[in-house]
Amino acid sequence: MIPRSFEYHAPASLPEALALLNRHGDTAKLLAGGHSLLPMMKLRFAVPDHLIDLRKLAELKGIREAGDEIRIGAMTTENELIWSTLLQEKCPLLVEGARLIFDPQVRYRGTIGDDISHADPGNDHPALMIALDALFVLAGAQGERVVPADGFFLGTYMTLMEPGEIMTEIRMPTPAPGTGYCYAKFKRKTGDFATAACAVTLTMRAGAVSDVRIVLTNVAQAALRASDAEAALRGAPLDERHVDEAARLAMGICEPVEDLRGDVEYKIAMVGNLCRCTGYQNIVKAVQYAARKLRGETVETSHPLLAEIAAH
Amino acid sequence: MALSISLTVNGKPVTATIEPHLLLVQFLRNQLRLTGTHIGCDTAQCGACTVHLDGRAIKSCNILAAQADGMEVTTIEGMVKDGQLHPMQAAFKECHGLQCGFCTPGMVMSASALAAQSPNLTEEEVREQLDGNLCHCSGYHNIMKAVLLGAQAMKAGA
Ligand SMILES: Cc1cc2nc3c(=O)[nH]c(=O)nc-3n(C[C@H](O)[C@H](O)[C@H](O)COP(=O)(O)OP(=O)(O)OC[C@H]3O[C@@H](n4cnc5c(N)ncnc54)[C@H](O)[C@@H]3O)c2cc1C
Ligand code: FES
Ligand code: FES
Repeated sequence: MIPRSFEYHAPASLPEALALLNRHGDTAKLLAGGHSLLPMMKLRFAVPDHLIDLRKLAELKGIREAGDEIRIGAMTTENELIWSTLLQEKCPLLVEGARLIFDPQVRYRGTIGDDISHADPGNDHPALMIALDALFVLAGAQGERVVPADGFFLGTYMTLMEPGEIMTEIRMPTPAPGTGYCYAKFKRKTGDFATAACAVTLTMRAGAVSDVRIVLTNVAQAALRASDAEAALRGAPLDERHVDEAARLAMGICEPVEDLRGDVEYKIAMVGNLCRCTGYQNIVKAVQYAARKLRGETVETSHPLLAEIAAH
Repeated sequence: MALSISLTVNGKPVTATIEPHLLLVQFLRNQLRLTGTHIGCDTAQCGACTVHLDGRAIKSCNILAAQADGMEVTTIEGMVKDGQLHPMQAAFKECHGLQCGFCTPGMVMSASALAAQSPNLTEEEVREQLDGNLCHCSGYHNIMKAVLLGAQAMKAGA
C-alpha cells in the first residue's frame, strides 16, 4: 500500500519535462493518470527515485480533427474519450472500447497515452490503436518522431519508445463513413482486464469484405494483429465458412500466458469464440452499421442473421 | 524532499506540507483526520476511498496528495449542509442501503457524482456506473434503490 519515497516534479511545459527526464534517466518515471504506475509503486514493483507528473501540460490534452485525421492528446482521459461527440460520431470504436476499460473512477484518471505506453498486454488501447491504424507522436530531446501503432508493441511492457521520450499525441485516419467496427471483450467481471478480446474494423463493398483489421488483446506478450485471418476475409463474402476460417487462423497465432483468468488452451478457445462472436454478433453488428450507412447497396450473404439485416 | 500543497477540502482552504509519496487517502485520513474515507484494498478495486476531485468521483488511494494540489476535494464529511443530510445520504438511510457502513462513504460519493451528472438515472445505468464500488454486506439491491431515490431527490431539489 505504501510507495517508497521519491522526488516529485510537476513541469509546466514539454521541454521542461523532457529536460527532467533526460537529467534523471532510468531513475525517473512519467506520471500521467497514475492508475497503472501507482498500483505498481504501492506493491513496490516499481521504485522510481523521481516522478515527473505531466498534469500541467495542457498541450497533451484534447481531441480534434485535423484534415482527414483525428488527433488525441496523450493525457486525454478515458471518460473524455467516451464523452467526445467527435469520437461518438466519427470513431465510435474508440468510445465502445473505452467504455469497457475498468470503472468510472479509474476512467476519470487513466489516460489513453499511458494505456498505450504502459504496454501491458492486458490493456485495451493497443489492439484498438492497431485496428484504427493509428500513429503515435513521440517527443524527445532531438525532436519529434511519428511511429505506427502496428509494430509499436514489442512485448510485455515493451514498446518502440526510447528512454527519454514522451508520447504527446495519437493520430488516426478518420474512419471512412460506413466503416463497421466492434470491440468484443471477454472478462470475468466489469473492471477486469480481458481474458481475451478482439478489435475489428471492416468495410464492405458489393457484398464482399473490402477491408478488414482484426487485432487480439491479452492472448500473447503484446497486442496481436491477425493478418492471416484478415487475408481470409478480404474480398470474401461474410458467410459462416469464411468467418469460421478467420477464427481458426486467429486462434493459430495466440500465445497466451496461464494465470487466474484461465490456462493457455482456454484462452485460445476464447479467442475463437470471440472472433465467432464478432462473426455472429459483432461483425453482424458491424455489418448492420455498415449496411445502414451504405443504404441502397445490397449486402449479399448466406448467413441467416446477416441476410436478415441485409433485407432491411 | 517535502512539498507544500494548497487545496480546498470540503469548502475550506488547506495548506499542508507533505512527503511526495503520501497518497491522497492517507492525507485525508491521517493528516486532516477525515476518517470517513476508507481503505478496502491496495489494488484500486473496491472504491471505499472514493471522494470528489473537482466534482468527479475518483479513488483517493490511487492518486498522490501532490496531484491534488490546487484542486477541490469533497469527502463524505463535506456532504452534510447545515446539519441536513445530503439527499443521497438520506436515501441510503431510507432504503436501508448500508449495513456495516464501510463501503458507504465511497458509495455515496460515487452515487452523488453520478446523479449530478445524469439526473434521469436508470437501473441499468446505476449498476454499470457503480461498478467501481464493492460492497460485502448489502448484495447491492438496496443500494440500487437508494441511488435511484437519492437521484430523484437531488433532481427535485436542484
Ligand atoms: C484495477 C485496475 C483495472 C484496470 N483494468 C483495465 C482494463 O481492463 N483495460 C485497460 O486497458 N486498462 C485497465 N486499467 C489500466 C488503466 O486504464 C490505466 O489507468 C492505464 O493503463 C494507464 O494510464 P495512466 O494514465 O493511469 O498511466 P500511469 O500509471 O500514470 O503511467 C503508466 C506508464 O506509462 C508511462 N507514461 C505515462 N505517460 C507517458 C507519456 N506521455 N509518454 C510516455 N510514457 C508515459 C509512465 O511512466 C508509466 O510507466 C486498469 C487499472 C486498474 C487500477
Ligand atoms: S482503497 Fe480500494 S479502491 Fe481505494
Ligand atoms: S455495507 Fe458493508 S460493505 Fe457495504
